[in-house]
Amino acid sequence: MTAVTPLMTDQARIRNFSIVAHIDHGKSTLADRLLEKTGAVSEREMREQLLDTMDLERERGITIKAQTVRLEYEANDGHTYVLNLIDTPGHVDFSYEVSRSLAACEGALLLVDAAQGVQAQTLANSYLAIDAGLEVIPAVNKIDLPAADPERAAAELVGIIGGSPNDVLRMSAKTGDGVDDLLETLVKEVPAPKGDPEGPLRALVFDSYFDAYRGVVCYVRVVDGRLVSGDSLRFMATNEVHDANEIGFLRPKAEPVATLGPGEVGYLITGVKEIDRIKVGDTITSDRMPADGALPGYDEPKPMVYSGLFPTDGDDFEKLREALEKLRLNDASLVWEPETSKALGFGFRCGFLGLLHMEIVRERLEREYDLDLVATAPSVAYRVTMLDDEVKELRSPQDLPEPNDRRAIFEPYVKAMILAPSEFVGPIMELATSRRASVGGMNYLSPERVELDFEIPLAEIVFDFFDLLKSRTKGYASLDYEPAAYRESDLVKVDILLNTQPVDAFSAIVHRDHAEEYGKKMTGRLRNLIPRQLFDVPIQAAIGGRIISRETVRARRKDVTAKCYGGDISRKKKLLQRQKEGKKRMKMVGSVEVPQEAFVAALQVDDE
Amino acid sequence: MMNAAAADHFAEAAAAYVHIPFCSAVCPYCDFAVVAGRDDLATRYIDAVCNEIATSEPWRALDAVYFGGGTPSHLDHSLLSRAIDALVTRYGIARDAEVSLEANPEDFSSDQASRIREIGFNRVSFGAQSFDDSVLLSLGRRHLPEQIETSVQAAREAGFDNVSIDLIYGTPGETDGSWAQSLQRTVEIDPDHISCYALTVEPGTPLGRSVRDGAPAPDPDVQADRYELAERILASVGFDRYEVSNWSKLERECRYNLTVWAQGEYEAFGNGAHGFRKGRRYRNHRRLDAYIDRVESGRSPEAGHDVIAGWDAEIDRLFVGLRRSVGVARGTGTEALLVSEEGRSLLGAGVITELDDRLVVSRPLMTDAVHRSVLALNAPIVKAVSDA
Repeated sequence: MTAVTPLMTDQARIRNFSIVAHIDHGKSTLADRLLEKTGAVSEREMREQLLDTMDLERERGITIKAQTVRLEYEANDGHTYVLNLIDTPGHVDFSYEVSRSLAACEGALLLVDAAQGVQAQTLANSYLAIDAGLEVIPAVNKIDLPAADPERAAAELVGIIGGSPNDVLRMSAKTGDGVDDLLETLVKEVPAPKGDPEGPLRALVFDSYFDAYRGVVCYVRVVDGRLVSGDSLRFMATNEVHDANEIGFLRPKAEPVATLGPGEVGYLITGVKEIDRIKVGDTITSDRMPADGALPGYDEPKPMVYSGLFPTDGDDFEKLREALEKLRLNDASLVWEPETSKALGFGFRCGFLGLLHMEIVRERLEREYDLDLVATAPSVAYRVTMLDDEVKELRSPQDLPEPNDRRAIFEPYVKAMILAPSEFVGPIMELATSRRASVGGMNYLSPERVELDFEIPLAEIVFDFFDLLKSRTKGYASLDYEPAAYRESDLVKVDILLNTQPVDAFSAIVHRDHAEEYGKKMTGRLRNLIPRQLFDVPIQAAIGGRIISRETVRARRKDVTAKCYGGDISRKKKLLQRQKEGKKRMKMVGSVEVPQEAFVAALQVDDE
Repeated sequence: MMNAAAADHFAEAAAAYVHIPFCSAVCPYCDFAVVAGRDDLATRYIDAVCNEIATSEPWRALDAVYFGGGTPSHLDHSLLSRAIDALVTRYGIARDAEVSLEANPEDFSSDQASRIREIGFNRVSFGAQSFDDSVLLSLGRRHLPEQIETSVQAAREAGFDNVSIDLIYGTPGETDGSWAQSLQRTVEIDPDHISCYALTVEPGTPLGRSVRDGAPAPDPDVQADRYELAERILASVGFDRYEVSNWSKLERECRYNLTVWAQGEYEAFGNGAHGFRKGRRYRNHRRLDAYIDRVESGRSPEAGHDVIAGWDAEIDRLFVGLRRSVGVARGTGTEALLVSEEGRSLLGAGVITELDDRLVVSRPLMTDAVHRSVLALNAPIVKAVSDA
């Protein structure tokens, strides 16, 4: 029995789709079920949630790097269809990557947990899908849960994309219930690709990863023409030419083929070793017969949030550098430069796409590379126009030019979307306005659930907005955001001074109205964290030369053994020597001894 | 103010310490080598101490002898007498020597006072601790404030012209007023010497455990206030503070302790006793039964020792000497401290002061901070002469 593998699949039999879902709403379980149902993976090979490979992803239930798989499904009409499931990262920190993955699809399955209903993240990503012109198929998952309320979840979905609740699929990826219906619906509803088979090659790079043996592996979607193994390829954004050393399908194991035709999805290996030479969103064309124009939508994601990462043990500096370099092999959006802090020593100023990205990088550094890190308070990428109209981007509060040298400071605003039970509208509005947000709109998904849209400075979200939102809505609100615009703001740099010496790690750029609040919070915290010294230690918060808040750590007055006679001498010496050993972990800030833990604790995001 | 040369001269003295571990009850804050309810072992213990003395290396006549505890006054005078005799036999006791005994006010009747005086003690140090009933109660002490006065009187009548009072300050529940009153009543008794100790919470003691479990701990700032009050009151009536916790009238400093702080030598006998002889700081087994067993079976009761030589001896000199108001004479150790970063910071904060040819701790309540810096000093590198 020899099956004749056709050179290329007929576009009419291809369906390219992705799944948009919130964390834990069952995307990975569904992907596993589809692999199983279509025979792509035998039960023996089946591993729980096959598509999420990194430990951290499994633990957090989120997808950081997208995985992609080609499924073959024999539909009720008797034809065999190729279903390319293009997985997307689940968080809008990675919204650019999400948008590129969606650009490789014609359809999106919008998957919602029957018990939890629509979450802000799902909403943000489904808007991306709708904006990309995709056919959106609504589905309610986890209908087997005791707490499931499929009717309510379906009503919410209809509130977003329109249509009738009757059109919303009901399923349980866990039990497999409704998955057959889903497969049929995908075949019927997702439009077939309509590329030009004879035109010049245009293929979209929608993801890439680094393989230690093969170098950079690109995930591509052919739009027009054919991608042929061995051809010389031109990458239109970088204008580099590389050979197609190997192309193939992902089923999910790599399976080399000679040609990828229009509408097909697969991988491409060129031998390039550096991940930043391959840009996600780039268009690949033929070097011999290039296309006239690239596919739309290419951009280069820019860091939105910066934070200093310092090893608690100064000897780990090189280890941290190596770890960052290894992470970057797979994450071109991670950028850094060396940073020296008087208080924390040598480290790196790192740029991240957003808060989640920052957290993931930190956790991976600590967990996979066994590093103990102190992270300085995150700051956003401010822009400053100088008197001579030069525009500078600030990576660190340290870099803020003196007031006399600058004309204005601009900060990034984001479009924030909050989904919450409607009873919390009041507290959310109150919080948002106290955090400089302007309300953009309100949309009831159902009588009980409301979507609130804001424009808010990213710095506020980075600072404490998310924590406050959670506490004011008893954890029921979900938040997501995407970059909006830079706006001028009345911002100041607040320095924290220990015994009149500024401590660089604690400087922050904040809105003038919140400067005092920040100053009080930091000086108050430090007062409790810094041990008493030989002398009074003033802790001050200052804007330029103006002190806005002050606390004092009073001098230690009594540090003496009451009784020291013949009997105690050796024992006492040893005790004091041990105490001295403990003090070695202190960092000197000027003449003030500060325990390492104080830096960590002072920079901790509020839990209160 | 005590003369520095006189204080340093105690480096030449010969002293002995005898530990008496027996008490009627163990005070909740005490972490010394003590036992209660084992008076049945007293005779065997004194036998062992006498044995230890008799087999020690001969030395010259002692300038200072100190019986500490525990509660030496808890033992019958005949037992104490045997230990004194053993010292006289082995070393001799100088004619003008100071021979001290620690006593609890409740043990010190007129009779007891006379007998103690007769067997050769000429200085008695009372564990008075406080004149506040409630403080005495929370310290687990078993005497009344009035008994302090009567016992001191008994001592005077028996011919003791050198009497010391120990006080403890900063006990939770004590007030500024009650502390001032304790000082006042102490001064009225007219002792020759006064020790004021901050209540210290030692882990492993009943007090340590109750503080760990949430009982109020002494507040160091309150203790600092109380210390300063003691400084003022005692100075105003002619007491000179010659060490962190010790005040005395002219020439009534405790000579045994001055010997220790001048890095002088002292032999030590009994369980848990520590001595310093010929450059060795040694310590005896702390457990009473282990001590008795070892001595009775002809083995050494020593549990360990540290050799103090070279740079360590210089550090040791600073460690013990800086507790004194006269501080220490300048030497390689003080110079190393003064050029160190920590030393400069201590100078800057007024914790230490250079005084002519001496270095003194000018904020005595911060002595441990000085000590930590002293212990961290490295031996100065002696430059090798080379012609490379």
